[in-house]
Amino acid sequence: MPGMKRAAPRPFPEPHCEENRSVSRTDPALLRGLTRTRPSRRTVLGASALAMVLSACGVRGQAAEELSGADFWEGKESSGKLSFANWPLYMDAERTQLKEFTEATGIEVDYDEAVAENKSFFGKVRPKLADGDSIGYDLMVLSTGVELTELMALNYLAPLDHMKMPNFDAYAGQRYKNATYDQGNRFTVPYASGITGIAYNPKYVDREITGIADLWDPEFKGKVGMMADAQEASNFALLLDGVEPGGSGKKDWEKAVSRLEEQREAGIVRRYYEQDYIQPLTNGDLWISMAWSGDVFQQNAEEGTELEFIVPEEGGTLWSDLMMIPYTAKNPVDAIMLMDFLYEPRIAAGLTEYINFIPPVPEAHQEIKEKAEAASGDEKEALEELADSPLVFPSDEDYTRLHDYVPLGAAELKEFTSMFLAVTQA
Amino acid sequence: MAENLPPPTPAPAEAAPPAAGASRPAGRGRRALPYLLAAPAWLWLALFFLVPICSMLSISLMSGDLYQGYVLTWEFGNYADAVATYWRQLARSLAYGGCATLLCLAVGYPVAYWIAFRGGAYKNTYLLLLLLPMFVSFVLRTISWKALLADEGVVLGPLKDIGLLPEAAHVLNTAPAVVLGLAYNFLPFMVLPVYAVLERMDHRVVEAAQDLYAGRVRAFVSVVLPMSLPGVFAGVIMTFIPTSADYINAQVLGGAHNTMVGKIIESQYLVNNAYPMAAAITFVLMAVLLAGIFSYARALGTEQVMEVQAR
Repeated sequence: MPGMKRAAPRPFPEPHCEENRSVSRTDPALLRGLTRTRPSRRTVLGASALAMVLSACGVRGQAAEELSGADFWEGKESSGKLSFANWPLYMDAERTQLKEFTEATGIEVDYDEAVAENKSFFGKVRPKLADGDSIGYDLMVLSTGVELTELMALNYLAPLDHMKMPNFDAYAGQRYKNATYDQGNRFTVPYASGITGIAYNPKYVDREITGIADLWDPEFKGKVGMMADAQEASNFALLLDGVEPGGSGKKDWEKAVSRLEEQREAGIVRRYYEQDYIQPLTNGDLWISMAWSGDVFQQNAEEGTELEFIVPEEGGTLWSDLMMIPYTAKNPVDAIMLMDFLYEPRIAAGLTEYINFIPPVPEAHQEIKEKAEAASGDEKEALEELADSPLVFPSDEDYTRLHDYVPLGAAELKEFTSMFLAVTQA
Repeated sequence: MAENLPPPTPAPAEAAPPAAGASRPAGRGRRALPYLLAAPAWLWLALFFLVPICSMLSISLMSGDLYQGYVLTWEFGNYADAVATYWRQLARSLAYGGCATLLCLAVGYPVAYWIAFRGGAYKNTYLLLLLLPMFVSFVLRTISWKALLADEGVVLGPLKDIGLLPEAAHVLNTAPAVVLGLAYNFLPFMVLPVYAVLERMDHRVVEAAQDLYAGRVRAFVSVVLPMSLPGVFAGVIMTFIPTSADYINAQVLGGAHNTMVGKIIESQYLVNNAYPMAAAITFVLMAVLLAGIFSYARALGTEQVMEVQAR
């Protein structure tokens, strides 16, 4: 706007001239000096007292005392009810499996789809856990990742009593026992799992996609999606260099960071996605992206898209949503009974039919196949599609290429996330 | 007309402080009355502004970690770290906020002018139309821009089909998309204050200027524009501050190089649990914005700022 500067001082000249002003108008500075209270001795004392209060209080450490399994379970008995926090759409609207549980045991379950995001759910319950109060849930489902590490490091989870879990011992797949993030399933057992791999849209990508290196291909400049999560992004960069994420250390991470930076600076990455990459992949904003198997299966089944999903030749990762009992749970015995009940193959198969993620119970595959044979029409077709899907039932060969997450100690965690967030939030 | 002129005599408040006249027999209760009336506001301010800001200030000077707790150690290094690590995102936020504000001004001023002077009987209808999109949630409005700006979407698709744009061009997930989104979302915050000033202006001043042989342009530049500056000032503040601190637009419409400082603060709090760092960045942002506003106020003349705030 030319002329603005010239005109800015005043549209109309001040009607008072200088001498006039000193008579008719008290000097504002003087007026302020007269009317405004100056800091009295008392105020100064008060201010320093406030500073002392501030320095005295800090944010206290939030870890709970470590519990042994025997101590935790001693004297605990079933109370006939429990409350369960799970993700939305992780059980059918009828809550079939919970009804079956109530029928079998007489225990009533209060089911709540309270977990929409690991970060925010943990943020919500953390103050209560730090104070040793019940969070209102006896069983909750959170994913492998940073929050899980923190929950374990802060001793917020009840150590599981495997004597109470015969089904888990009998039916859980080998792959779901002894994962690197929770050796010996001390605190968690999987509810459902999925693969982090690569999805692409064959409408735009006309060659075969085989591995992570394709995500670094300049041919797809500006059309590649990466995940914003520090662990997800780092896993792929580590695997690209042939490093096993579960056994990686600081040196490897530094190399992975420079790999990711190189990819970003070359303009290859369009964006780092939280979980909204499926729509862009469908409409062509993205051609190829890091992706979760369940999302791709659901999008193809519901929208009729033909997105492809592969487990990269360098390897992908196996993530799990895990059931766990907070150490402040009021009804832990009922919770562990439900945990174990969901490992019965027939029950696990029923869950898988609805949620389309990988069940941690291999025998569920057989159950679904048998059910498909017995069914007819649309139902048969849907069940067969499910049973044949490598996204829901990965082959043994696929499993060999799936890696676990980096198990991080409390000390490493901060460094790790800072390093990788610096890349995804540049 | 008269209200836009500087007061010919000192403002009454300055000349005679209320309820403090020594000649009046002022009882104790009477003297306390204004303070009592103001008490709820002060209490509100103390509780929801002073206390949080003091505790944030002390957190920004703490050190420690989540497991051991954070203790106040007067760790001023947090500030140095915050600036050294995140100056790019800070600078970017200010740049995006600045661009969006200029864009709002360029679009919003003519809109406000037109509604105020040419709106006639339908002024309120036009204002309602302007505000109508605000009835939809902020986040939803931003997300709908994703569909609008998609690579093969309603805008870019046809342009590519007729060869005006190269096939590889994209707007979504770039800086212009973020700035456009910000400007779109905060446009009313610019239009309304400018409109409020223009609407109160006596249009006869323009006639007077023309009587004095000013052309239309001259009349606008020398008369209307200077008189509307307080509104522009308010509008700039009301758009620049929230746009610089916004992170939804960068999150939804931005790409791999467009992270704004709001997102950094969020992830420092929620992902890294680095409370001191998050608090330090918050204060740096606040300091930079305040410095910007005060130098801007100085450039435009402080009295006008007070005038705006009095409204």
